[in-house]
Amino acid sequence: MTRNKEILNSLITLTVREVRRFLRIWVQTLVPPAVTMSLYFVIFGSLIGPRIGEMNGLDYIQFMIPGLVMLSVITSSYANVVSSFFGVKFQRSIEELMISPMPNIVILTGFIIGGVARGVMVGIIVFLVSLFFYPDFTIVDPLLTISVLILTAILFSLMGFLNAIYADTFDDISVVPTFVLTPLIYLGGVFYSITILPEFWQKVSLANPMLYVVNTFRQGMLGVSDISVSFSLIMQVFFIILFGAFALHLLKKGTGIRQ
Amino acid sequence: MSDLALKISSLEKKYASGVKALDGIDLEVKKGDFFALLGPNGAGKSSTIGIISSLVTKTSGSVKIFDIDIDEDFNEAKRKLGVVAQEINFSPFEKVEDIVITQAGYYGISASQAKPKTETTLKRLGLWEKRSEQARNLSGGLKRRLMIAKALIHDPELLILDEPTAGVDIELRRGMWDFISEINNQGTTIILTTHYLEEAEQLCKNIAIIDKGKIVENTSMKELLSKLDVQSFVLDLNQPLNNLPSISGYTMTLSDPSTLVVAIEKDKSINQFFAELSKIGISVKSMRNESNRLEELFMEIVKSND
Repeated sequence: MTRNKEILNSLITLTVREVRRFLRIWVQTLVPPAVTMSLYFVIFGSLIGPRIGEMNGLDYIQFMIPGLVMLSVITSSYANVVSSFFGVKFQRSIEELMISPMPNIVILTGFIIGGVARGVMVGIIVFLVSLFFYPDFTIVDPLLTISVLILTAILFSLMGFLNAIYADTFDDISVVPTFVLTPLIYLGGVFYSITILPEFWQKVSLANPMLYVVNTFRQGMLGVSDISVSFSLIMQVFFIILFGAFALHLLKKGTGIRQ
Repeated sequence: MSDLALKISSLEKKYASGVKALDGIDLEVKKGDFFALLGPNGAGKSSTIGIISSLVTKTSGSVKIFDIDIDEDFNEAKRKLGVVAQEINFSPFEKVEDIVITQAGYYGISASQAKPKTETTLKRLGLWEKRSEQARNLSGGLKRRLMIAKALIHDPELLILDEPTAGVDIELRRGMWDFISEINNQGTTIILTTHYLEEAEQLCKNIAIIDKGKIVENTSMKELLSKLDVQSFVLDLNQPLNNLPSISGYTMTLSDPSTLVVAIEKDKSINQFFAELSKIGISVKSMRNESNRLEELFMEIVKSND
């Protein structure tokens, strides 16, 4: 067996293990976003939405759908990798990976694919749920939509991986999602267009990276955006390369995993 | 190509806390050997094994596994290495069979190739009936056996067993000894650390004792045991004695009227002692060592290093 074939088998093994992990606990990983987003669609879409009227020329519920899909993708891909990698550290099964001849890039890629798989699966589930509330939804630019979906899932899976590397306790893996990610996503244009904000807060909002992710996805799904899509895509790719390289550096150094 | 499975030279490990766990150790283990690495808690055994298996980063020195320097191609060296860690290190929520097949996958073996080997190994270790159970439902002894199955799935040439029988009952332990001996007889080099010195004495051909980060003894088991100056034997007598018998040249005590304890120096024969007993009409029902021979030597060596 050639070395490349062995490496491919290792990657398939780790990916299957990661996907099997979140599918095994599907009640915790796949169902909650569907339930939560259904409530958002009922309350903000069907009940309050008609009173709000249009947002950027669209029905409010229609405007909300890309933001809520993105919210689910970001939190699911991040949560999958941070909990899975911290879990293997906590249970010491990280030793199985470290003792094996798997290159670090295969370990990183396996966990990231797991995070992307869950993020994309949850994104599709939430989108299908949204069709119950807005059956006429059509995706304007499928290629851009899928590209942003996957890039976002990769980016936040990498961030989850970095969080898990540095985490020593269960508190450490919940601090970032609770106190950083969630507020930034909610203030990143999921529920509103920044054009409704006073000028000062519009400028402040431009410093929120979630705004770019949500709006690029909205451009793909609905064809409307508050920001430059090309700039957003370039920044996503840039941060994926940056975080990916940093994660590999930490794995090589053994930060958080090797004494 | 040397005949060494492992060569450690001037290996040092200093932890961030400032603790120097290894102080320049040198160690060689020949191919096919069954080697005991013993030492008290905190002596440096786990640090040594951790460095060999990449769980611990060395401060300086070199480690070669079958002539492959871990600094040059650690991944290639790891292919030849199997490790049974001291602590359970598999996911408790996965099924027994999946754990072993996944481990094989980490070594580049596809699931279809790993399945027959997994079946053979699990059957040999008495785990096949439990293959569909989550690992958390296994008893302590079965978890230990699963650790061994995992470590063997890629046919390692060097198997490191870090206290593999800790907390395992005697029946299971003996079964594991047989299994490990069989693997050694098939050509796999084995390095064993254990606190059961009787286990090391029975199984291992060569031995190193590490203490305070230094190798304080490194020789064959036979050579080491021959250094024992005095051995104490417990004799169960056929008839009880009221008084201690008088035999010159032997130190004796009666722990109860039917149990005589005698210390026999290295240069004296146990046959001679039995002859002396016969002369005064004392017959012996059974005999055993008062304590494990290796244990006595181990304590002597460690004490002398204080």
